[in-house]
Amino acid sequence: MMTRFLWTGMGRNLRLFVLLVLAVGIVVPALNLLMPKTSPFYVPAYALQLIGKYLCYASLALAVDLVWGFCGILTLGHAAFFALGGYCMGMYLMRQIGARGVYGNPILPDFMVFLNYPELPWFWHGFNHFWFAAPMVVIVPGVLALALGWFAFRSRVTGVYLSIITQAMTFALLLAFFRNDMGFGGNNGMTDFKDILGYSVQADTTRAVLCFASALALAIFLIISGAIIGSRFGTALIAVRDAESRMRFLGYRAETYKLFVFVLSAAMAGIAGALYVPQVGIINPSEFAPGNSIEAVLWVAVGGRGTLIGPVIGAFIVNFAKTYLTGALPEVWLFALGALFIVVTLFLPKGIVGLWAQIRARNLAKKATAA
Amino acid sequence: MSQKRFLAWLLPLLATVFMAGSALSADLATLVTNLVTGGYSERDVAITALAASGEERAAPILQALSAGDLYVRTADKIVVIGKGSGKQVALIDAITGKDAGTAAEDDLDKVKVNNRLRGTIDAAVGSLTLMSPNPKVRRQAADSLFTRRDASALAALDPAIAAEKDSAIKRAMTEARAAIVLTTPETTPAQKLAAIALVRDRGDRDAMAVLQIAAQATEGDVKAAALAGAETVRNTLAAWSMAQNVWYGISLGSVLLLAAIGLAITFGTMGVINMAHGEMVMLGAYTTFVVQQVLRSAAPALNEFSVIIALPLAFLVSGAIGVLIERSIIRFLYGRALDTLLATWGLSLVLQQGVRSIFGPTNREVSSPSWMSGSFKVGQLDVTYGRLWIIVFALLVFVALLALLRRTPLGLYMRAVTQNRPMAAAVGIRTPQVDALTFGLGSGIAGLAGVALSQIDNVSPNLGQGYIIDSFMVVVFGGVGNLFGTLVGATALGIVNKFLEPYAGAVLGKILVLVFIILFIQRRPRGLFALKGRSVE
Repeated sequence: MMTRFLWTGMGRNLRLFVLLVLAVGIVVPALNLLMPKTSPFYVPAYALQLIGKYLCYASLALAVDLVWGFCGILTLGHAAFFALGGYCMGMYLMRQIGARGVYGNPILPDFMVFLNYPELPWFWHGFNHFWFAAPMVVIVPGVLALALGWFAFRSRVTGVYLSIITQAMTFALLLAFFRNDMGFGGNNGMTDFKDILGYSVQADTTRAVLCFASALALAIFLIISGAIIGSRFGTALIAVRDAESRMRFLGYRAETYKLFVFVLSAAMAGIAGALYVPQVGIINPSEFAPGNSIEAVLWVAVGGRGTLIGPVIGAFIVNFAKTYLTGALPEVWLFALGALFIVVTLFLPKGIVGLWAQIRARNLAKKATAA
Repeated sequence: MSQKRFLAWLLPLLATVFMAGSALSADLATLVTNLVTGGYSERDVAITALAASGEERAAPILQALSAGDLYVRTADKIVVIGKGSGKQVALIDAITGKDAGTAAEDDLDKVKVNNRLRGTIDAAVGSLTLMSPNPKVRRQAADSLFTRRDASALAALDPAIAAEKDSAIKRAMTEARAAIVLTTPETTPAQKLAAIALVRDRGDRDAMAVLQIAAQATEGDVKAAALAGAETVRNTLAAWSMAQNVWYGISLGSVLLLAAIGLAITFGTMGVINMAHGEMVMLGAYTTFVVQQVLRSAAPALNEFSVIIALPLAFLVSGAIGVLIERSIIRFLYGRALDTLLATWGLSLVLQQGVRSIFGPTNREVSSPSWMSGSFKVGQLDVTYGRLWIIVFALLVFVALLALLRRTPLGLYMRAVTQNRPMAAAVGIRTPQVDALTFGLGSGIAGLAGVALSQIDNVSPNLGQGYIIDSFMVVVFGGVGNLFGTLVGATALGIVNKFLEPYAGAVLGKILVLVFIILFIQRRPRGLFALKGRSVE
């Protein structure tokens, strides 16, 4: 019943797109595991890792789009939620290392031994269990978003001010996590992970499963988002985006709508971050850098804000370009990234997905004037 | 100080010294010869005699002796000072101070010295420097005596105090004397009480240490007075450290003000956050660098004024680029504040990478003119000229901008557009032109800020990034479209930051400030001094 509601709530395009995401999540790992290395269809391990990474970025982009595209909140701090989810996962992975670390301490992670911690800080307790860490991935970013959103939306902080608040939040977190005495590994963050749920993070099968999990998560996020946007709640949400005061006058509680979406989006970003960390094998404070959050916004802008497919496409295109350019022409990358920001805002307000509609509208207008 | 007076007050000192008569009549050469002949006890006497001679060369010779650098050349028995070690030692004639070539270590006879002699030398050099014709050396000697509290220096201090003409140095010497009196067991309680008052009035950390030592070593009235003195000093110190924090805070505030004031203008008029503002600051800093490079080769004489020459140029460079940005990008995005934010962020990346490609990713050296380096003390407050000038400059920019906004037609138009754009357009103000000029003005001021920041920060492509978030905070905290808000915001944030630093550390202090501002925006979303406009949203 619930599944039917979710499935039929979506448009045909979105349904096909979800299937495509799942297909990528199944085919790519399968080609990596099953094909012999000589086969032209073999997917090398680095490509598998890259696609897994992109899938996580796509989830983050979708989370950003949910608040920006559908709710009009330009968040410049969503990478913070992503990183917090990543840190929760990182803490679990650190505890899994156990006595195999450089210092061989069964309780304390290496960096704590190095920094002379007498015992495990209180907030590290429980992270040796997956059943504890997994909900934390959602709860920690969710609670932060709830607190921030509760204050901000109730006092009707909007527009640029809200963007600055979110940026200040991620900047403050960046500074905080850089500190060694915060108990999160300071500058170096956490790395040298050994295994997850008993499987080695280096193993091909684990990587394949993680890639699939990322695709599955993205598919689920797409379905949830589609259901929300397609519902009456979604209609009201878009109305809040377009005319907040009017909705307020009509008796809707605009802040409740915003808060719900903001917290949901933060939780999605947290999960994406948690899936990202075991695949790249490191989490450090630079994930909180304000630039990362703004880049995530760019993915959405490139793909097309206010659509569900756009952010995924944008995340893939921009990150593919980034991977290619930073490798081949590192000088050019920042020029390209900067130019992309300008070009997209000036000429592609609806992104790549909206390009078709944009062109058609122009043609129609031309025909209308010609006739 | 003339030679005559110098000798006049030296006489009583010399009378106490063995060999006094011969020392006075003997020339430097004899004194030095006495120094290098005989055993340790004769050498001890010779050191005192040489010190008492008041010869200019005495100090370097004695210091060389103490360091084991004094030799007798075996060939001609000339006393030399050796520099460096190894096979060949560079030599200076001890008596004339002239270059004496080099010699192998084997051809030299080291003048031996032991720890007791070193003690004698230290005391002798101490009294020598107390009477040095150079006031800086005298001051240093007095200050070092205060911390060393060498009882044997008392004899040298009294004549030095009597002869001193500079009141500040005289005071330092008197304080040093008081410190010695306080820590010498032989002095009477009355002397000690007078000394406590003197040391207490000095009021710095060293003074507190002296008083605490004195309190431990004495009894009764003197102990009580010393403790009370230490308490007074502690309070004085706390007050000064408070003042120092305020000063640092104002200094940081002036930097924030410079960085944020241009942003306040562009944000105030257009409701647009210019993410590339920090890069305008960076361009100003690089303009300073280029100006210095050009001057260095073209007109080295003007180097001292390079910063002043750079100011108008930086304003023009950043301002022109600002106008260009406004005309080519931002004007298409009015009414879409969030899009502008993204576009200007992209622009900031392009500018950063552009500068990186041209000037390289490393820090560039921008020198400070001599009138901006160095520092002076107000009481116990350390004031560096560089910071002082930046504060003055920030205030000048602020006043100039205020005058521009209040007293010129352009300012009037700008304020009109800020308050109500459609009405301003309706009464005939060309809003696009005003927009372009406003943006150029804001960027130009960022360029000026860049010149100032080049003096205190690393000139690198990332210079601007470090200030952009802080600048936002200032503008948002102070309130948009209100220059006084920006002034108050910058100063308040600067001072709060510096006051939190000692308790919470620099990073945590900054985090606390950010959290404070996040909470503050919730309370007053339009800042401290909100502009009362007639806009609906």
